[in-house]
Amino acid sequence: MELSEDTLQKIEEVIPRYPEKRSAALMVIHLIQDELGCITDDTCNWIAEKLELQPINIKELITFYPMLRETAWGKKHVRVCRTLPCALRGSYGTCKVLEEKLGVKEGHVRDDGEFSIEFMECLADCGEGPVVMVGEETFENIEGKDAEKFADLLLNDNLNSSSEFVSYESALVSGSPSAKSTKKK
Amino acid sequence: MIKKTSPKERRIILKHADDPSYSNKIGCYLKKDGYSMLKKAFQMKPEEIGEEVLKSGVRGRGGAGFPAGMKWKFLDRKSGKPIYLVCNADESEPGTFKDRQIMYKDPHQLIEGMMIAAYAIQAKQAFIYIRAEFFEGARILDRAIDEAKKKNFCGDKILGSDFSCDLVVHRGAGAYICGEETGLIESLEGKRPNPRIKPPYFPAVLGLYQCPTIVNNVETLCNVKHILEIGGEEFAKIGKPNNTGTRIWCVSGHVKKPGYYEFECGALTLGEMIYDVCGGLLPGRSLKAVIPGGSSSKILRADERFTGKLKDGTDFDWGIEDIPLDFDGPASAGSMSGSGGIIVMDDTVDIVEAMANINAFYAHESCGQCTPCREGSLWMKKITKRMCEGAARKEDTDLLLSVANQIEGRTICAFGEAASWPTQSFISKFRDEFEEKSNNGNKKPPLQLI
Repeated sequence: MELSEDTLQKIEEVIPRYPEKRSAALMVIHLIQDELGCITDDTCNWIAEKLELQPINIKELITFYPMLRETAWGKKHVRVCRTLPCALRGSYGTCKVLEEKLGVKEGHVRDDGEFSIEFMECLADCGEGPVVMVGEETFENIEGKDAEKFADLLLNDNLNSSSEFVSYESALVSGSPSAKSTKKK
Repeated sequence: MIKKTSPKERRIILKHADDPSYSNKIGCYLKKDGYSMLKKAFQMKPEEIGEEVLKSGVRGRGGAGFPAGMKWKFLDRKSGKPIYLVCNADESEPGTFKDRQIMYKDPHQLIEGMMIAAYAIQAKQAFIYIRAEFFEGARILDRAIDEAKKKNFCGDKILGSDFSCDLVVHRGAGAYICGEETGLIESLEGKRPNPRIKPPYFPAVLGLYQCPTIVNNVETLCNVKHILEIGGEEFAKIGKPNNTGTRIWCVSGHVKKPGYYEFECGALTLGEMIYDVCGGLLPGRSLKAVIPGGSSSKILRADERFTGKLKDGTDFDWGIEDIPLDFDGPASAGSMSGSGGIIVMDDTVDIVEAMANINAFYAHESCGQCTPCREGSLWMKKITKRMCEGAARKEDTDLLLSVANQIEGRTICAFGEAASWPTQSFISKFRDEFEEKSNNGNKKPPLQLI
């Protein structure tokens, strides 16, 4: 397992923040998964040694928490909210559109590794559903025709330059959270 | 994220959050008199702050509605062990999206509330347990804590006093059960978040690392700052007795303007929320049902009457629209205000599909520790799914209900209730729809919600 200097340094910083080393497990896993995409058995062993634990203490976390992975998602990982408030607003249709346009079934990674889709539980943005996350960015009200347009932009790698879909996160950075809407209406 | 407000709103917690000139940087917060309450706190004795919080009557905003001041009173201060403060920022109850607004848009308000609370309970170490899907939220909080540390509002010898408290942002990893406070504590210890049994593991006595620990919701901790600002007695005048302060209601589902709205407790009814504040239902639709406090709360049917006696002895006879939006209103109607997540469903909703959607959620999120919940949640998912797919048996409605009844009260944590209340209430109020599906199969593909 190879980790960048940056990640190694962040790991060294995060461990002493906790009164007990074991508490750092999730944060260390996140740091490594951010770089490597998943946590293999080798990585489990490495983390366990680092935190003075048994490998099973790490493995049992990887196999429990939904966001921790034994195999990596695609380069672009798309999370679609499945839970009731988003479903009432059409998230099942949104997920289907994304599956068809991106050419991959939810829960899977496309053969070329470019895209993966996860139809997952509540993303805590229920007032603006259906909610779709691409990587770490949250997009709101992605339904019907908009879902098709959104999927096309995503497929052609034009989502970031699009003025039509602005993520919750970048709307915050650009000043006022209320000045822009995720989907300009 | 279109800004939606209502003239009747009284914004205390979200006062600045949606102001176009406001940002989540410390400069903005300081211009709005930020951290002045922390300074005031350090002029007081820690126990005096606890008294103010107790007097304010503020109830927990995470779901259970337990009085925060009382929770603090339970803290075991005599053990000699370190005391911990943990902010529950897992925001995992479906239908709830209020804490997100606070953390992304006004993180310093939370930090100030937490440092006041930490001083009041004399915690030297505090954590914010934030759900991992809030990637940017965790970064915003990290940056805000750095800013606060540089100004000496957090960390070593706060404001030149002898009191130090470090604040660490800890990310979860996508598990709903981490919103349960003892599950959260296990997770923070680096373990699977299997909840602990109470007694003996009341966090205030045996919490994080078996030390006294207070776990409070984001909105609750923000309220601490405002309690200090006007005093517990004045705060108790906001809202109604036993329902003090404001609440941020999160409305989702079939209304024209879903969103988050902050009102004094009891300032409006469910009907006013749906029809005035949220612009009413979508064109041509009629109201079918409302889930008033996050997906675990019991469903309310649009055409039922709610009758009984309030705590003060007065009789009530409400339609769904008359239910007051506070803690006690939805509870009097046989449900609960929970985390404030109001899910509105109109006449286009197939109630069995909605049930199947909710049951799929709980089957996915059960931690698996207690057999009734682990097995039962999965059975409930399977039964409702086959009802939707036209493959049900005639006896399935009763079977489904009996599974739910065998979970409630037989589990270590309240997840068992959270998983069974939806099924129990859906069947008791919409039994005809369940039986029709079980008897006749599904005539209405494609499925919308499952």
